[in-house]
Amino acid sequence: MSKFSVLSKVRKEFITSFLDKGKRVDGRDFMEYRHIEAETNVVENAEGSALVRLGTTQIIAGLKVEIVEPFPQEPDRGIMITNAELLPLASENFEPGPPDERTIEFARVVDRGIRSAEVVDLSKYYIDEGKVLGFFVDLYVLDYGGNLFDAGTLAAALALKTARLPKIENGELIRGEYSGGLDLDINKLPTSTTFTKIGDNIILDPNVDEEMAYDSQLVVTVNDDYVVAMQKRGTGSFKKSEVLNLVDKSFEKRKDLKKLYG
Amino acid sequence: MGGDSNIELIKDGKRLDGRGFDDFRKPLTLEVGVLQEADGSAYIEWGMNKILVGVFGPKEAIPKHLADPDKATIRCIYTMSTFASLEEHGRMGPNRRANEIGKVVREALENVVMVEKFPSTIIDVYMMVLQAEGGTRVASLTGAAAALINAGIPMREPIAGVAVGKAGGHVLLDIGKEEDNYGQADVPMAFTPSGDIVLLQMDGMMTREEIAKALDMAQEGSKKLFDLQRKAFEKEYAEPLGKKLSLKEEESKVDIHKL
Repeated sequence: MSKFSVLSKVRKEFITSFLDKGKRVDGRDFMEYRHIEAETNVVENAEGSALVRLGTTQIIAGLKVEIVEPFPQEPDRGIMITNAELLPLASENFEPGPPDERTIEFARVVDRGIRSAEVVDLSKYYIDEGKVLGFFVDLYVLDYGGNLFDAGTLAAALALKTARLPKIENGELIRGEYSGGLDLDINKLPTSTTFTKIGDNIILDPNVDEEMAYDSQLVVTVNDDYVVAMQKRGTGSFKKSEVLNLVDKSFEKRKDLKKLYG
Repeated sequence: MGGDSNIELIKDGKRLDGRGFDDFRKPLTLEVGVLQEADGSAYIEWGMNKILVGVFGPKEAIPKHLADPDKATIRCIYTMSTFASLEEHGRMGPNRRANEIGKVVREALENVVMVEKFPSTIIDVYMMVLQAEGGTRVASLTGAAAALINAGIPMREPIAGVAVGKAGGHVLLDIGKEEDNYGQADVPMAFTPSGDIVLLQMDGMMTREEIAKALDMAQEGSKKLFDLQRKAFEKEYAEPLGKKLSLKEEESKVDIHKL
């Protein structure tokens, strides 16, 4: 039986009683991130890739570029899709099989952040009638130590930031030959901050135990100027004032996270 | 296989990438204990192949019908990332090829894992190919054996595998992607140190003599892989425990006097 189901109640009480005393089980401040590091171009066959380590969480993102048909409603724009898989090797709690709602939510929230921030100007990637460039960013969770959303957004953004575009000749991609990058504006690249509410306490960057104990979470994704995605998760709730406060915190934390983008 | 024979796979006694006939690709590195959540793990880089293996168990068999009262059930799942190859964007999810690889690797592992010690349990072996350059099944198997040992699961012997192929009329150790695509045969094999063959597949055309040579070559090659596995463990367990756990320590900095 999964350790999460057995221990979750006991752990939750333990973690909550700690938080009520102003402490976190791993000794961090409430609004403190764990150690974050990123490696880019880790999969040379991909057009862009990044491995992000956030505490013990490890997520790899890879970008593949394809010539595809555009969406019918936007025939003159390239397309971009972010997808994700929570690999069962990352946690006892992840099952093999078709993506569950948690996986889909994760992929969609990261996707919304990247897409809404208008990081990639898709109008530049029209090739010919019925032919546009498609950008496929796929995330794989390799080790689950809590807080997938923040690590996932960093990994996806870095894979795009460091991408190389394949050469295009006569409407065909030349694989393995590149014609420069996507030339992204770092100020637009989103950063995500996941706030977790346990009882009345709100903490940043939950570790795996804290994430198991959560009542509700608020994922706030911002770039320099805008909030570009939000997702409230879990059965608990937030007050208006809490949401606004967390939006402020998200912009504040972005200053540190953004350093990973160079 | 048997494709465009105009591609010159062997030139002046050397292979496309400059290797001799019985050389492995480079790099060839193996690390164990690379994942926090898995009970055992390994990361192998073999040429451009980059493969991560995680092992969970032995644990309670769910669903229940998978439980065998005489032994542990091993489940092996092989997955390739959508960006593993230089070509098109791959599809997520299982496919027939991945399914078959899971099966033959599982059967190889069942030969050496002491499954009888853990009746009614499940051992999950997840092999994740982050980047692929041919020979991923044998590289995954070599990593899986290391990950199982890292998980503390008793095995009678380790196993390790390598693909021998025929290209440009020669029998070659550790065939790469081009040699496989344009060559005449591909024979992935896995051995135990005592010489038992626990995985053997073949695709292409080879004479009996060439098969004999391939078997010898693969067994000789497997010795290098057993060395690789042993060195990974020497490195893993030679490090002071504190250093090895540094990430975890940082994660769980609890001062019990402050509680």
